[in-house]
Amino acid sequence: MHIAVCIKQVPDTRNVRIDPDTHTLVRQGVESIINPFDLFAVEAALRIKDDTDAKVTALTMGPPQAEEALRETLSRGVDEAVLLSDRAFAGSDTWATSTTLAAAVRKLADVDLVICGKQAVDGDTAQVGPEMATLLDIPYATLVRSIEWTSGGDLKVTRQTDEGIEIWKLPLPSLITVLKEVGEPRMPSLRHKMRAKKAQIPVWGAADLGLSPDSVGLCGSYTQVVRVFSPPRRSDRVFIEGSVEEQAEALYRYLKEAKVPGI
Amino acid sequence: MKAIVDKKKCTVCGVCSDACPMGAITVGETHVDISDDCTLCGICVDTCEFGALSLPQVGTGPEEDLGLYSGVWVWAEWRDGSVHRVSHELLSAGRMLADKRSAPLCAVLLGSGLKENLSRELITFGADVVYVVDRPELARFTDEAYANVLVELIRTRKPEILLAGATSTGRSFIPRVAASLRTGLTADCTELDISEDGHLLQTRPAFGGNVMATIICPNRRPQMATVRPRVMKPLVIAGHEGRIENVSVPDECLKSRVEVLEVIPEQDQTARLTEAEVIISGGRGLRKAENFALLQELAGLVGGAVGASRGAVEEGWICPSHQVGQTGRTVAPSLYMAVGIAGAIQHVVGMQGSKFIVAVNKDPQAPIFDVAGCGVVADLFEFLPAFIRKIRQERGETS
Ligand SMILES: Cc1cc2nc3c(=O)[nH]c(=O)nc-3n(C[C@H](O)[C@H](O)[C@H](O)COP(=O)(O)OP(=O)(O)OC[C@H]3O[C@@H](n4cnc5c(N)ncnc54)[C@H](O)[C@@H]3O)c2cc1C
Ligand SMILES: Nc1ncnc2c1ncn2[C@@H]1O[C@H](COP(=O)(O)O)[C@@H](O)[C@H]1O
Repeated sequence: MHIAVCIKQVPDTRNVRIDPDTHTLVRQGVESIINPFDLFAVEAALRIKDDTDAKVTALTMGPPQAEEALRETLSRGVDEAVLLSDRAFAGSDTWATSTTLAAAVRKLADVDLVICGKQAVDGDTAQVGPEMATLLDIPYATLVRSIEWTSGGDLKVTRQTDEGIEIWKLPLPSLITVLKEVGEPRMPSLRHKMRAKKAQIPVWGAADLGLSPDSVGLCGSYTQVVRVFSPPRRSDRVFIEGSVEEQAEALYRYLKEAKVPGI
Repeated sequence: MKAIVDKKKCTVCGVCSDACPMGAITVGETHVDISDDCTLCGICVDTCEFGALSLPQVGTGPEEDLGLYSGVWVWAEWRDGSVHRVSHELLSAGRMLADKRSAPLCAVLLGSGLKENLSRELITFGADVVYVVDRPELARFTDEAYANVLVELIRTRKPEILLAGATSTGRSFIPRVAASLRTGLTADCTELDISEDGHLLQTRPAFGGNVMATIICPNRRPQMATVRPRVMKPLVIAGHEGRIENVSVPDECLKSRVEVLEVIPEQDQTARLTEAEVIISGGRGLRKAENFALLQELAGLVGGAVGASRGAVEEGWICPSHQVGQTGRTVAPSLYMAVGIAGAIQHVVGMQGSKFIVAVNKDPQAPIFDVAGCGVVADLFEFLPAFIRKIRQERGETS
């Protein structure tokens, strides 16, 4: 079995705070990390690899420095990695990203299962997985929290929806997007770290994927960002002072005046 | 490709350089330089007071005859025999858009054994037409069947705009609809408007809510968006009339390669975070599992749900389905009360869209106060019981 895991490098938000006055991010040097959900995707793939003799390939579309993120997946036990990088890919929306990733999965030729994170924490769209599956014409399940196999070799997944839990059966090849419940990501091991350091990571551009430059990146995108701005300032914050009784009284009145339901 | 600098207009003020999340802008002697790290996110463009920055034109594929498309559609979500509140909200938002375009507003209801009162209800919220596809294959949601049927309806009737709730179901299958139709899709919008020339202006939070972006889909139709629940206001239009049309679709649309084996509704009502009007959330400050009973009691009183920070979940005090934040749920209730939560960014991104945020924390420096509209600096073990007593007293109950 061959599993492709799609990972994305995103700005680290760990040390970031919101400036109370300007309501913008206070950045202390933007470092890049692997999108947290994608670490769960990697872990899900590695758990399947632990039980079977699956091969796991990590894919990312991004600038040249995204190679770092791929090396990190190798150091956690992923077998191979491919970087999809080309100036022509810049400015991709989810459609153009899916087009590029789908072309890479096709080029790998023998992929049985694609695993994505639930969503990327920068764009927060959760669209790339389903759109990629549609382009690859394979079934998919989003919001997967656990994975099993049926005796017939089909995938049996548990999904967490707004209303509860659903158990679905999917034939392979298929695609899933995963939640943190699939398992705590393992740490890099020394052995894999050594291998990761030396690994050759191929870089595929638009031409390698058989994609014309105007079908990818900004040119191949259907959506266009026309304005970016800071969210409107919240109305001024109030602090409620006094003894706890006075505070309880004041909060009650505040919420009552604000017509908060249930109060 | 990267952002374009108009060297004549640039005043080397450096504002854009500070704003660039990629650190791709360096301030030179006479103008700024943009490196290959630029991802064309466009944040710099808006920060430049002098109009010196722009993005290259989006290609957006071959133009279609956009004039063939008209009307605003809303996918009407339902569950347990009633219409999801977000669909009412979208009909009201859709009504405004349809009126501006002088076009009809239509609702699409997919399912099995659908009662006529569902369709009637959609009409009272503004739908001119309700398209109903009632087939046993649609009794349980699958991405393929739901998407294929919607695609079939869109291909034959050509709406200009399609809206769906950004619920777990909407966000799952609507991308398949968009990709099948080869059109753009904007996720989780919080504001919608339409420009003079018919562009749907779709505004949404990005970077965990710290940045807002307005997005258009200039050259493809329909223009599609999923919309966050509870941001639009549902409005009943008294006496509004509309018609119900049962639509039949080809059998192959209803095929799905996945099989739904089981559906287990969440029993714990206080875990239904995404639907709740009020969420009372607890963090490490609660100190032990038993203390969550205080939150349960307050939530019970106001008909709310109970949330938690990852800190509390990691301690094992409450199960992960209650977790709010980057790796948990994103919620936007009317009232979010954060109790004993420090306010780490990963938590804040999951709740800052809430209408009223109240923070209870004994540390006045806790970052949660930066996002709260109302701050209560107090020991939660003293404050919460007092607040619960206050509510009971107002209601004439004795505790
Ligand atoms: C990749 C990644 C993803 C993450 N995803 C999430 C996520 O989805 N959701 C999430 O919540 N976190 C997430 N986190 C973790 C997050 O960064 C914080 O560690 C977590 O939110 C801390 O929880 P806390 O605020 O409850 O605990 P703490 O940081 O320990 O804060 C406890 C607070 O309680 C206050 N307090 C203590 N006692 C009292 C008292 N008696 N009365 C009043 N106040 C009191 C303290 O002053 C303190 O402010 C993530 C982290 C990473 C790295
Ligand atoms: N540039 C990318 N390269 C590889 N995978 C990606 C990329 N963008 C998104 N993904 C995958 O798609 C998921 C959803 O991303 P998004 O739709 O951007 O929220 C992520 O968790 C990744 O698994």
